[in-house]
Amino acid sequence: MLGLGDFGIFSAYALCILSMLGCIIYGIFNWNKGNDWDKDI
Amino acid sequence: MVQIIVIVVYLCILATLGYLGYSKTKNTKDYYLGGRKIHPVVMALSYGATFISTSAIVGFGGTAGVFGFSLLWLTFLNIFLGIFIAFIFFGKRTRRIGHNIQAHTFAEFLGKRYKSKFIQRFTGVVIFLFMPIYAAAVMIGAAKFIETGLKIDYNIALFVFAIIVATYVFFGGIKSVMYSDAFQGTLMIVGMSILLVVVYWKLGGITAAHQQLTDLFKNSEVLEQTKGVQAGGFQGWTSMPALFSKNWWTVISSIVMGVGIGVLAQPQLAVRFMTVKSDRDLNRAIPIGGVFIFLMTGVAFIIGALSNVFFFNDTGNISVVAAGNADSIIPKFLDNFIPEWFLTVFLVVLLSAGMSTISSQFHAIGTAVGRDIIGIDDKNPKKAMLITRFGMLIAIAFTILLSYELPNIWSDSIAISTALFFGLCCAAFLPMYFGALYFKKLTKTAAISGMLAGFSSSLLWMMFVHTKESKAIKISNLLFGTDTVVGENSIWQFVDPIIIALSVSIIVTIIVQIASKKELPKEHIDECFDGIK
Repeated sequence: MLGLGDFGIFSAYALCILSMLGCIIYGIFNWNKGNDWDKDI
Repeated sequence: MVQIIVIVVYLCILATLGYLGYSKTKNTKDYYLGGRKIHPVVMALSYGATFISTSAIVGFGGTAGVFGFSLLWLTFLNIFLGIFIAFIFFGKRTRRIGHNIQAHTFAEFLGKRYKSKFIQRFTGVVIFLFMPIYAAAVMIGAAKFIETGLKIDYNIALFVFAIIVATYVFFGGIKSVMYSDAFQGTLMIVGMSILLVVVYWKLGGITAAHQQLTDLFKNSEVLEQTKGVQAGGFQGWTSMPALFSKNWWTVISSIVMGVGIGVLAQPQLAVRFMTVKSDRDLNRAIPIGGVFIFLMTGVAFIIGALSNVFFFNDTGNISVVAAGNADSIIPKFLDNFIPEWFLTVFLVVLLSAGMSTISSQFHAIGTAVGRDIIGIDDKNPKKAMLITRFGMLIAIAFTILLSYELPNIWSDSIAISTALFFGLCCAAFLPMYFGALYFKKLTKTAAISGMLAGFSSSLLWMMFVHTKESKAIKISNLLFGTDTVVGENSIWQFVDPIIIALSVSIIVTIIVQIASKKELPKEHIDECFDGIK
């Protein structure tokens, strides 16, 4: 898989990309969501 | 000549951004929190650039040259925990509660949330005493690279670097820091993206590059060169170390868990959540943060591991043998295998990585003095600002002094100093910080007990058990004549302090919570959680 030696490394590689994509997708879908202290430096 | 022009232009842009921040800083809220109105893109880039330092790229990239792709588990945790979980589950509540109780620093946030000046002072003292060690590690990494890249004496490089950063932090506060961070973060994204493409392209594509690295471990010369690490569980750069071996514990507990979890309780990062004006801004910062971290740590680890193919094809030696040590792998790789025009670009990238982290550290240390230790009872903001700036000057002087001395005391000072601060903060603050956000009934006594238990167990484990630090600290050797009290054949000496100390901190917090009766006043809790569903 992608020339990588074992499944543990492939999982890490895939999860890095998936988590980055997850951040992008979350941001896109929630882009518009989530909407006195008056009181010389 | 080209290098000098590029550096001068870079410094001129920094000076302009520093002045811009200074001119927009009108009061204490501006100086500490950017008026709570920082743009989400600036906040995300600043968070990422503060998180990723020169030592993360050079130091951990070199470590990937030794351990291989297994470090990508840290990249995954950095994105998933350090961005996704941090922004959604920590960031939103930190911003809202911080606003409700008018907290300006991480220590003030914890102190006011638990109505405890002791917590605020103790947190401030931990930041003031231990963050300079981490700051010195970042400074050493940056100065070493300036020394080789610009052929400037190490001591001069260190001093000039510190003075430039100190100037814009001192005058402009967090606005100057975050504007500069955003510019530096953008440069880092461009530089690392180019590096990733160049390396994969030179090795014939993604799969071909990985395959060459996998096949390298079948070479008889390589097997001979890696004999030592194979005994520790090493199984090649594209395979995980043998389960529960010495290498597995080092990679998983120290590198992946230590840094991956430790990031959640970093004072200089947590304060960033309080600089934006709404939850919507945090949502918008998440994609930028995710991409940024992937392009920094992900690329550094991929390049570090693949450098073995380049070095072996060129010299017949694997990276760590060819470069001499792990810290030299990335600089020597760039020197030997990357086009010359790109070296100048990458020098600026690494300067940016160092400066953006150091500036936030100086700001965090200064505000800890001015707001949390000396200025805690000061009602006069002008005086508190003076104390903050005075604290910053002490911190800068202390950091410069440490940067000169640490390499003489600890040979592997960059990695040790970084791990020490991350581990201490995580064990001392994470359970209490999480409790502050999610457990209304958590008592002040339980929070303080957990904090002290985590802090002391972390220090004790570093001094007497975990060989990586205990060998450098030397107290164990002085008292017991051995680097680790668990015996030199014990696997416990490779288990990172964060695993032990964080567990102790959580258990103590829970036990004391069950035993303690006195809850915080209902009106106070209602005020803290006002506006949180």
